[in-house]
Amino acid sequence: MSFNYLSTIIFLPVAGAILIAFIPGLSDRVIKRIAAIFTLIPLGLALFLFCNFDSSLGAGIIQFEEKLLWIPAINAYYHLGVDGLSLPLIVLTAFLGFMVVLISWKINLRVREYFAWLLLLETSILGVFCSLDLLLFFIFWEIEVIPMYFLISIWGTGRKEYSAIKYVIYTLFGSAMMLAGIISLYFTTGSLSMVEIAQTGIASFTAVIPVVAIFFLLLIGFAVKLPVVPLHTWLPDAHTDAPTAGSVMLAGALIKMGGYGMIRICVSIFPETAKAYAPILLTLAVISVLYGAALTLRQTDLKRLIAYSSVSHMGFVLLGVFALGQVSLTGAALQMVSHGVITGLLFAMAGLVIHNVEERDLKKLGGLARQMPVIAIVFSIAGLGALGLPTTSGFAAEFLVFVGSFSSTVVSGIQVYTILAVLGVVLAAGYILWMLQRTFYGPVLEQYNGVKDANTMEKVYMFAFVALIMLIGIYPAILTDIIKLGISPIVGLLGG
Amino acid sequence: MPYELVWLIFLLPLFSFALISFVLRPSLTHKPRVSGYITIASLLSSLALSIWALMEVMAAPSHNLAIPDISWVIIEGGITIHLGLIMNSLTAVMLLVVIIVSLMVQIYSQGYMHGDPGYHRYFAFMSLFTASMIGLVLADNLLFLYVFWELVGLCSYLLIGFWFHRPAAANAAKKAFIVTRLGDFGFLAAILLLFSNTGTFNIAELHSLAITGVLAGTVLTWAAIGIFAGAVGKSAQFPLHVWLPDAMEGPTPVSALIHAATMVAAGVFLVARTFPLFEHSVEALTTVAIIGGFTAIFAATMGLVMTDIKRVLAYSTISQLGYMMLGLGAGGVAIGIFHLFNHAFFKALLFLGAGSVNHATGTFDMREMGGLRKVMPWTYATFVIASLSIAGIWPLSGFWSKDEILASSLTSQPILFYLAMITVFITAFYMFRVVFMTFGGNYHGGGSEAHDKPHESPSVMVTPMVILAILAVFSGFWNVTGHFGALLGHGETHSFTEGFFGILAHPLPWISLILAGLGILLAYAIYSAKWLSAERIRGFFSPLHTLFYRKYWFDELYENVLVKKALIGGFFAGLQQIDTYGVDGAVNGVANGALASGRTIRRAQTGQLQLYGLFIGIGILAIVLGLYFFG
Repeated sequence: MSFNYLSTIIFLPVAGAILIAFIPGLSDRVIKRIAAIFTLIPLGLALFLFCNFDSSLGAGIIQFEEKLLWIPAINAYYHLGVDGLSLPLIVLTAFLGFMVVLISWKINLRVREYFAWLLLLETSILGVFCSLDLLLFFIFWEIEVIPMYFLISIWGTGRKEYSAIKYVIYTLFGSAMMLAGIISLYFTTGSLSMVEIAQTGIASFTAVIPVVAIFFLLLIGFAVKLPVVPLHTWLPDAHTDAPTAGSVMLAGALIKMGGYGMIRICVSIFPETAKAYAPILLTLAVISVLYGAALTLRQTDLKRLIAYSSVSHMGFVLLGVFALGQVSLTGAALQMVSHGVITGLLFAMAGLVIHNVEERDLKKLGGLARQMPVIAIVFSIAGLGALGLPTTSGFAAEFLVFVGSFSSTVVSGIQVYTILAVLGVVLAAGYILWMLQRTFYGPVLEQYNGVKDANTMEKVYMFAFVALIMLIGIYPAILTDIIKLGISPIVGLLGG
Repeated sequence: MPYELVWLIFLLPLFSFALISFVLRPSLTHKPRVSGYITIASLLSSLALSIWALMEVMAAPSHNLAIPDISWVIIEGGITIHLGLIMNSLTAVMLLVVIIVSLMVQIYSQGYMHGDPGYHRYFAFMSLFTASMIGLVLADNLLFLYVFWELVGLCSYLLIGFWFHRPAAANAAKKAFIVTRLGDFGFLAAILLLFSNTGTFNIAELHSLAITGVLAGTVLTWAAIGIFAGAVGKSAQFPLHVWLPDAMEGPTPVSALIHAATMVAAGVFLVARTFPLFEHSVEALTTVAIIGGFTAIFAATMGLVMTDIKRVLAYSTISQLGYMMLGLGAGGVAIGIFHLFNHAFFKALLFLGAGSVNHATGTFDMREMGGLRKVMPWTYATFVIASLSIAGIWPLSGFWSKDEILASSLTSQPILFYLAMITVFITAFYMFRVVFMTFGGNYHGGGSEAHDKPHESPSVMVTPMVILAILAVFSGFWNVTGHFGALLGHGETHSFTEGFFGILAHPLPWISLILAGLGILLAYAIYSAKWLSAERIRGFFSPLHTLFYRKYWFDELYENVLVKKALIGGFFAGLQQIDTYGVDGAVNGVANGALASGRTIRRAQTGQLQLYGLFIGIGILAIVLGLYFFG
């Protein structure tokens, strides 16, 4: 492959960020256009890769690979590549990266900085999904913290400084564990290549510290990000207080790094350990689903409610991952994409409501369906996706997770975990419908007469989100046909 | 004609939905009527196709047409799902019910919804509703059945909450969705269980696995019970019956559709569709019969005391659905579905009648009505026909199917038979209570001043009622000869006269006719002739009246005690405390602890050399002592 597609996709946003940051005298309009262009092209390229991904090469083949020796002393490479697992997440991130620029069109505080950070954020997330070298992976993983910190603490609302610093410290706690894990892994195998280590198998090396310890060091790093109860309390604060685009990026793409890391590193490299500890992790998954849903039902802040629902929905990812079956892992990967789009849209809509109405307390909202019909319809569609209504991507993903988990042969007693998790879907109907009712239905409130409905640009991005939700929901094979190619070699390692 | 055309039965109303809501949406503000015409035209075409399909099915030797399918999701080594259709006798009968009732309701709605600002939204949802129900009936695997099942639930949500600015409507819509979803949980679990044991979602394959005994024992029983839980939710059976009476907050034609042919019929249909699974599990089949038989009388008692005409009809629907479940559990597919078939027409008619009355009087409260017999002769006549039919009076349609249910339960479920017999009496009583309160006596003024001179509804509303009235009389004749039962798989056929008069040679129909007659007579005595005072009877049965009127306190139990107090206010609130003070408290505690220890230790860094020298001295002393004692 002569053209370095992946590097281009990853670094175009940061190139845009540099342009924005260092060219003096740019007007806000120009900055927004630059940001739009430098995120639109990666989206175009990501879609191009998606269409040109060669399924006929078979499972487990890394495509669009780029490999350069980077630090010879420690055998570190600049190694990028995509397979069926990472490609959908790259498309998702590029999609959201472009969307958040459109969502941020009304930002007018410190515009230059804002868009620079937003673009840097996209680069770091894309980098995580493309990296096949553990050190490179870790560096991209860490870069993400910085823009997110500034986005929350400057453009956020409420207790924004508290939430931002909490986010940073929590994430650094996780990544410290992860770094220790990566270093142990390096000293055990002498390699930093994810693919190589997974294929050789960790069992053929003498581990410097017990393999189980390495597994959990890495896992904690990912579990903070996903998040897994009880490591979740940064999430509601960060999501609630972040600016709309920050919440969209955070819920849509960023927390997927946790699920991706679990599949790519924890399960692929440590299949035996994953199997041995699956019951504990599945228990945490069920707790995340039900506990998250129960807390969601108690929320009265529009954004906080959506944030807690993410905890519940990420529990499905954890369930699918540690059910360790072909279908369940495929479902978990699909759930990540689906949740990214659905919750991204939910946060975008919540942001729009809060921006236009200047009220976020569900007890004070109401009757807005008459005053903002378009937002009401789109918000409802996103909500229906979140409660797993068939024909939305939420159903397709959750159903695959349930079917896959229930029939998984790797873990015994998995049926009980699955059935308990299915209850989360019933609770989801409760909180989503309650939220929609509190916001949009009931008598029209006079104080909200004259609030604006969506404008043309907002309608455009809403349409893109809705189209994606319905497309995946009605024909999930468009993603599962690709995802399964990334999943099947991993399942092969599990021997199940 | 090629069998692929069957797809169109489903796709036409779906196109109608898409056309109204996406393509024509902007131009419909000035010509809303077009949306009604599109819906009606699509349903007429679907009706023609489904009649053709019925003919084909009747002619086919196995009463089954094979239709090419489409692959949906395939994950090697895990899952293969195709999108396909079943076109057999059960499908054909259901299609007829769904489309005829929906068509009548749509024609009627043109009058009822006239001038409503959401006119085209209404017809868009109605098209989608009908399409989803048709999809549900046609789906050949449980997964797609579940997909349409949920879409039917969604459309009910949208239509019950159609006037969403009314809090009662928004609440009712939410309640309907959540309560039915509780049942869907069982259905989904059953699908998972079946799939993990058989590797297939295909209904026909599951049937043969159950029949050959590969699928048996506890797995089969639990799967059947799970499926039935879904049906209990959708068909509003005890203990998930609470949503249906509230669902009348939607426009009345919507209620007609929900109560007759779509939403609630889906549950009964589901049991019929997966019947071989029930047939091979005695426990599951008995559960169906018991829940059905109990719900029939349980709901009927609440129907006795309601003063809102739609609420009486709602409880009557729950009760009649109970009969259908009893028919399925005690007799089989043909018996349960035959009652569904007949019930659809007379119940749709009753609701359209209630809508017509409401159109004229502006109220649903029967105490404000009365005397409408003279001013609304068509509504009155059709309503009486439907009431006689639901009461099971020979030879109207309700008689034939109810008689089959009673006869089959007498042999297999004697206790339920007696409950069902009592219900016959109650049904006749509450229906004629409605008739006499609404149409008899003198007019009591209606809902507002504007309605002090009620008049008959326009012909666009009356015509569908007349058509449904004709069906309410004659639809039962299909099985007078036994042909309906034969089409659905069991029973022998005989000549029409033999069936029509022969039935009166048995004692059972006479008993039920006498009971129904007594019910009507009692209603006449109290509400028309006033031989007995309603107040005194109510006072005499005061505790019972309160029990029925408060709906056995189920709403309070579910909404206030279980959901608000026990879960959201209790358990979940406790979890939130744990989350805030326990889990997050620990996080903040660690942070504060780090800060506090930093502050404490910082005091040691005073910058005074003397102090540092002192510490160095203490340190050296400690080392020396340590070496001396341990070294």
